[in-house]
Amino acid sequence: MIVTHELTKRYGRVLAVDRVDLDVREGDRYGFLGPNGSGKTTVVRMLLGLVYATSGHIEVMGKPVPSRVAEVLPQIGALVEGPSCYGHLSGRANLALIDASGRARGPFGRRTRRRRIAEALDRVGLAGVDRRPVKKYSLGMRQRLGLAAALLRAPRLLVLDEPTNGLDPQGIREIRDLLAELNRAGTTVFLSSHQLGEVELLCTRVGIVDRGRLVLQEDLDELRAPTGRVVVHTPDADRAAALLDGRVEQRDRDRLVVAEADPAEVNARLVTAGLRVSEIAPERRSLEELMLSVTGSGSDRIDAPGGGPDEPHQSGPAAAEPGEPGPGEGEGTR
Amino acid sequence: MILVELVKLARRPRSWVSIALLCGLPVLVAVFVAVTHLAPPPGQGPVLLSAVLSNGSLYPAAALAIVLPIFLPVAVAVVAGDTIAGEAGSGMLRYLLARPVGRTRLLVAKLISVIVYTMTAVVAVAVTSYVTGRLLFGVQPVPVTSTGVASSNLAAGGVATSLSGTTLTPADILVRTIGAIAFIGVSMLGVAAIALFLSTITDSSLGAALGALAALVTSQVLVTLNAAGSVNPYLPTRYWLAWVDFFRQPILWRNIDRGFAVQGVYVVVLLAAAWANFATKDITS
Repeated sequence: MIVTHELTKRYGRVLAVDRVDLDVREGDRYGFLGPNGSGKTTVVRMLLGLVYATSGHIEVMGKPVPSRVAEVLPQIGALVEGPSCYGHLSGRANLALIDASGRARGPFGRRTRRRRIAEALDRVGLAGVDRRPVKKYSLGMRQRLGLAAALLRAPRLLVLDEPTNGLDPQGIREIRDLLAELNRAGTTVFLSSHQLGEVELLCTRVGIVDRGRLVLQEDLDELRAPTGRVVVHTPDADRAAALLDGRVEQRDRDRLVVAEADPAEVNARLVTAGLRVSEIAPERRSLEELMLSVTGSGSDRIDAPGGGPDEPHQSGPAAAEPGEPGPGEGEGTR
Repeated sequence: MILVELVKLARRPRSWVSIALLCGLPVLVAVFVAVTHLAPPPGQGPVLLSAVLSNGSLYPAAALAIVLPIFLPVAVAVVAGDTIAGEAGSGMLRYLLARPVGRTRLLVAKLISVIVYTMTAVVAVAVTSYVTGRLLFGVQPVPVTSTGVASSNLAAGGVATSLSGTTLTPADILVRTIGAIAFIGVSMLGVAAIALFLSTITDSSLGAALGALAALVTSQVLVTLNAAGSVNPYLPTRYWLAWVDFFRQPILWRNIDRGFAVQGVYVVVLLAAAWANFATKDITS
């Protein structure tokens, strides 16, 4: 669906995207993750032909971008860096204007416009929206309207940049269900986000960028496969540790990490010995741990230059902090 | 896409407010002049205004002279400066281009909407001031002396004051007014081209409009500067007031032709530059 090869974008002296090889397959729910300023949005813009790559190739639906981007864009629904609207017009009028822009005939022409707008508004939960201008909308309503605009032409590919920004938990859940439903109906979803929870719950595949480079691209199931250890919570932690002597790798009060692949086995041993188990599960790496292990801090964090003689107290800990949790946890779980 | 742009233009309150203001200023002036009967002496104040007291049907031309120096260019610069930069500023540009709307198509559609706005504004001023002129000053059936139009301070170039003194029929005045409207429309197109070009460079519509106005002010200053005589014939505002020559007998074509030519060159060059810039630009707004 989306294939890039050595995609690179340079703004002056800044290397925003550095030799990225994306591979999004048809039917994927692809989560495109990365800290702020890591180049996610630049990649998205290049996929849509808004920003021209410095070097490298892009293919979307088998067509080269940007040279033949006009052929694929009608089949793409996009939400890039938040929704935009004409504030003085109503939601429906905005959708009508957006839909009327650009050539379209047949099923997505003028005749079906009213019906398609109604359907899109219904899908995003704005079916009952009135005629008030968009500038009076809440952030969440705008976000929904932006999504509706992306859905107007029943796209084969949805490219969404932070689609749940500004939504409340209920709204986030609704949008997630909507995206899953669209995906089941055959739409490929490319979701760019820095909200791990959102990606973890929705996506089947993730790509992680850090400072312009794609540092990881994998199916989520594989990434989150059991690590071969079991996490046990037990009020009888001391006795459990003694019982499982030598296999306990970490202990944090009543939480034990045991080097054993099968939780049922561990559970049976503990219970047979008369120990109480309040919680037991195979250890999995969370997406957060994974993310922290492969990426640095985002570009929105600006540390003081290290080792300055004037402010030894500030620069020391500040410089060390972002690096620490990453490698530490990465090694611990491998 | 052209239709969509026209709809957008029409649904913006700003379009109508600015045209209403443009039409309102000449009406205000007309009321003062009609009440006091104190027209500026020939050669001072807005061109043609002194002639209006005797014949209201000249008022459209006088009204255009009133709005031309500042009001009209400001309105055109604001609208044209908003074209691309406004879409960029509101974040709609990326969605339009991802729709997809071809960049060239978008630019052409924007250009046409600006032309429509400019011509609507000029014609609206002419029509309302015609009505105002007839109501407040009346139309003398007596043939009037065609105005001894003082070449105003802006058109201080080669055209000397010429009192033609011959008479103009109403049909004559109509034709000449239409000619003047066309000339002013093309002059404003020059302004629009500057603003449109700047609009493709910046993401701030205010910046584009101010940039265009800065260019005009610079040009106006240089026009009056003898030391800048070498560039004088190529300045965008140099022939702005040449439309007054439509009201001479016979029509003085020399500056009118040059005015059309200069504006034509500006429009072509700036639009080409706007297209070249916009078609190859990274859209990061």
